[in-house]
Amino acid sequence: MFRRNKPLPRREAISGRQHGLSMAVKTYLLRHAQVLVSSLGQLSRTPVATFMTAAVIGIALALPTGLHVLLDNAQQLSGGWQGATQISLFLKTDTTDFQARTLANRLRKLGEVEDVHYISRQQALNEFKALSGFGDALKALQDNPLPAVLVIQPNNKARSPASTSLLLAKLKAYPEVDIAQLDMQWIKRLYAIMAIVRQGVVILAALLGLAVLLVVGNTIRLAIQSRRAEIVVIKLIGGTDAFIRRPFLYSGVWYGLLGGIIAVIAITVALLIISGPVGQLAALYQSPFKLSYLGLGSIVNLLMASTLLGLLGSWLAVGKHLREIEPT
Amino acid sequence: MIRFSDVSKRYPGGQEALSNVNFHLLPGEMAFLTGHSGAGKSTLLKLVTLIERSSRGQVIINGQNLSKLPRRRIPYHRRNIGIIFQDHQLLFDRTVFDNVALPLVIAGVPSNEIARRVRAALDKVSLLNKEKSYPITLSGGEQQRVGIARAVVNKPPLLLADEPTGNLDPDLSWEIMQIFEQFSQVGVTVLVATHDLDLIKRMSNRRLVLEQGRLIQGGEA
Ligand SMILES: Nc1ncnc2c1ncn2[C@@H]1O[C@H](COP(=O)(O)OP(=O)(O)OP(=O)(O)O)[C@@H](O)[C@H]1O
Ligand SMILES: [Mg+2]
Repeated sequence: MFRRNKPLPRREAISGRQHGLSMAVKTYLLRHAQVLVSSLGQLSRTPVATFMTAAVIGIALALPTGLHVLLDNAQQLSGGWQGATQISLFLKTDTTDFQARTLANRLRKLGEVEDVHYISRQQALNEFKALSGFGDALKALQDNPLPAVLVIQPNNKARSPASTSLLLAKLKAYPEVDIAQLDMQWIKRLYAIMAIVRQGVVILAALLGLAVLLVVGNTIRLAIQSRRAEIVVIKLIGGTDAFIRRPFLYSGVWYGLLGGIIAVIAITVALLIISGPVGQLAALYQSPFKLSYLGLGSIVNLLMASTLLGLLGSWLAVGKHLREIEPT
Repeated sequence: MIRFSDVSKRYPGGQEALSNVNFHLLPGEMAFLTGHSGAGKSTLLKLVTLIERSSRGQVIINGQNLSKLPRRRIPYHRRNIGIIFQDHQLLFDRTVFDNVALPLVIAGVPSNEIARRVRAALDKVSLLNKEKSYPITLSGGEQQRVGIARAVVNKPPLLLADEPTGNLDPDLSWEIMQIFEQFSQVGVTVLVATHDLDLIKRMSNRRLVLEQGRLIQGGEA
């Protein structure tokens, strides 16, 4: 831990002021880099213990992050379903066949519309007769009671629940339209549930982040205790608190970083394992859905967060326990 | 170099370990601190190294009043004092070289300078051939000499030793005292707490005698 550094000449040794300052910064950085490397060397001398601590951190981080990735996948998937949602426009019964076809053509040109399918009153009646079995009863009626229907297929631009609602309102405003209908309750519910789950993941992440702090803190506390005699000697021969603190802080950084790497590996392996069954399921529904993995940005964020947690955990432990060790 | 003015020390919940101690050691002076067990020898040395602080009175080291020294300055104060312990206090997971180099590493001395000064210190205690050994492989006397080398490696103006010869045979003890004597001759102030009255008798140095926390010989009014 308190290995021999190779410090540069001290600041006093340099004559030029500018030079002296940049030299001091360099010396400072170099000394930190040396402790960073030597603390990794220290950890590598007890590989099993180090790995176990890092693995606990990794698992704690993998849980919320993995859930987050699954949620993102679910969102993508439900986005696909959203695209399949249709809007049915029931036209007023006094709308002529020509008017209906004109309207259909106008709607096809709208930016949010992918396709429009026209079902005339007669077609609707035929379909109804064929499917419902009420054909004879309908014969008793003089007029065809069914309206013509335009089935609208919204395109990508109108995917989210909000923009679909907007499109719906817009379509309703056409004078020929009697009723515009979209059953998107289920998708609203799905979104609400996902929002709740997302909140849950945030809470889980906060709790497990706290767990990481405690794990790192406890590991560093034990390291401090096992080096008690050494710390006392170093204090007796004039080691500053910063000098004693530094290797422990860097151990915390390494634990965090290693834990983060383990979390990335764990999540990727887990996703690889479920990607097979997911692919089969998607194939059953003829969906092009593909499971997405951790992006580069997410990996960088995860590693930064885990490293910071490691640093913070060791900082707390060091702040609390180093002061208790004084020569007597 | 060391000045105690009316210094008293009372441990929390205990009686006075030191009462109204007055003395002054000049630069380059070497003195023995003696007295029965429990007389306060270790306590006096701890006041100098700020392991403990005085309850009353003033301890002035090299012109610095220790009662005015804030906690964060203590490490820098200790770098001016070489401390030698009865139980050596060496780090057993490091070589002799690394043990002796530690004060220099702490002070941020350049590495080529470190090697030079460590070898010079080991040479003074005749252990140059042991620099790559681990302390556990050395005899008690050799370990104590490593401790001395570590204490003097950054050339402190003040050397303190608490029972440095406690576990050593008379010949080795004598040898260690001679090493201290040499340092005092080049201007280092040396204060040695010891029980070893036979050894002290053979030397002509000043004696500070403590009895139940009072300095009964060698001090000043
Ligand atoms: N940390 C402490 N807390 C309370 N009392 C203490 C403490 N350290 C020492 N004492 C008391 O102070 C007195 C002086 O102790 P000190 O260790 O200075 O004696 P000493 O002269 O070094 O003895 P020895 O020759 O046995 O080492 C003793 O009565 C001891 O019990
Ligand atoms: Mg003692």
